[in-house]
Amino acid sequence: MTNLVQPIRARGIRKSYGSLEVLKGVDLDLAKGEVLCILGPSGSGKSTLLRCLNHLERPDGGMVEFEGCPVGYRLKGDRFHELPEREIQKQRKSMGMVFQRFNLFPHLTARENIMEAPRRVLKVSQAEASARAERLMAQVGLADKLDVYPGALSGGQQQRVAIARALAMDPSVMLFDEPTSALDPELVGEVLDVMRMLADSHAMSMIVVTHEIGFARSVADRVIFMDGGVIVEEGPPDEILVHPQHERTQAFLRRILD
Amino acid sequence: MGSSSHLSDAELASARLMPRRRPLTWAAAGILLIVLAEAAYSVVTNPGFGWPVVGEHIFSPQVLAGLVMTLTLTVVSMTLALVLGIVLAVSAASKNPVLSTAAHGYIWIFRAIPLLVQIIFWYNLAALYPKLGIGLPFMPSFVEFDTNSVITAMIAAIVAMSLNEAAYMAEIVRSGLNSVDNGQREASRALGISPLDTFMRIVMPQAMRVIIPPTGNETLSMLKYTSLVSVIALPELLYSTQLIASRTFEVIPMLLVASLWYLIVSTVLMLIQVAIERRLARSVVR
Repeated sequence: MTNLVQPIRARGIRKSYGSLEVLKGVDLDLAKGEVLCILGPSGSGKSTLLRCLNHLERPDGGMVEFEGCPVGYRLKGDRFHELPEREIQKQRKSMGMVFQRFNLFPHLTARENIMEAPRRVLKVSQAEASARAERLMAQVGLADKLDVYPGALSGGQQQRVAIARALAMDPSVMLFDEPTSALDPELVGEVLDVMRMLADSHAMSMIVVTHEIGFARSVADRVIFMDGGVIVEEGPPDEILVHPQHERTQAFLRRILD
Repeated sequence: MGSSSHLSDAELASARLMPRRRPLTWAAAGILLIVLAEAAYSVVTNPGFGWPVVGEHIFSPQVLAGLVMTLTLTVVSMTLALVLGIVLAVSAASKNPVLSTAAHGYIWIFRAIPLLVQIIFWYNLAALYPKLGIGLPFMPSFVEFDTNSVITAMIAAIVAMSLNEAAYMAEIVRSGLNSVDNGQREASRALGISPLDTFMRIVMPQAMRVIIPPTGNETLSMLKYTSLVSVIALPELLYSTQLIASRTFEVIPMLLVASLWYLIVSTVLMLIQVAIERRLARSVVR
């Protein structure tokens, strides 16, 4: 039944930190198999929006639906009651997330990083989890780095392991939070290649917060431009990135392409 | 190019490198050797040290029983303190204001009152509460015990030392938990890993690297603070040697007996700490 329901539907998402309003009522839809890129200057609220989608941040207002179910809440009568963390974890496992700073577990090898969640959450057997790690590491081109600790990997390699770690949970949606922003320029390509492969081969639904205009143009089905906590404009990449209507989008693209 | 050197490129490339001389290191080593030799000579030749008496008592049953008592108190109290310290640290960091206030209150009280007072207090609990019972608040108890039969000197010592030490361990654990980047918890949560597994398998193993060195310190302190329980007549290592000394008047040799055992146990504990730290450092790239 979930096949018919769109993976993510968010309505009126608001979030403030103290007196600073980061999100001012954002609506967002993600269709099955769609690749959505979110662009915008830093501080525009795009990362916060992404983190609201899997309830790492609790929105102050509005609601996110994941595959037709409210995220982080249970609807009782006409009110939404917040779920305990344990219940939210069950929803999160189907939404893979990749972070700007990789956040690999430094005390575990690449293999152990990938095995941890399938073992603990899905209760997959040791052998099965290990086989899964081997398959995914081959997929991201790191078959020879299975038993290496993250500290011995380059930034690009760490991010590819982080992607493999998220994929190990067999998510239906992948959320990428500026996955290449912390990388040296020459390492950006290898991470984007893995993401491109994912977009092409898996029919995976993806939301990518990024500054990589080239990637957005060639991979995204749809682009959203955010500024000041609101969506300024959205549409097909060729429209938004080549012929932006809004002056704020034009200014942003000029700055980033220079 | 304007080179001012008369050396050829080949001479520079094949330069013979000599390490810097360190005359002060050698001088310091010489002085230290002389001092040590002097001290060793006096320790061996001064009859006041009473080495034959030391040899006679170091493995005596009374001293060994004291040693076992000291080790038991240290290991049991330290283990309980570590567990309770973790619970306190997690409670103190909790979003639940009741839990957090209670934990901070505990840490405040138990760090403020001298350990010696706490030991005497628990030992004399019967003066305040002659009977201990299990039951519902403000209702008659289901079962009752005579306080003095439950709180033996040994129990009083363990309760006092572990409750006191837990307050210090809580602060150590807290600093360890703070040292783990928040991105680690987020990554774990984003993978759907439960809060308990996140704590036990992701946060705690990383926090241990910060927690272990000061815990080693605390364990060594605890080893020696156990001598405080002599006030409630519990014959640990120092007290049992002093009992012998008060009989034989061999004060210095019996102090040496105790010190030698403290030295041996401390050394073993330090080696254990080194082994643990080495194990935790596996993932660090050299």
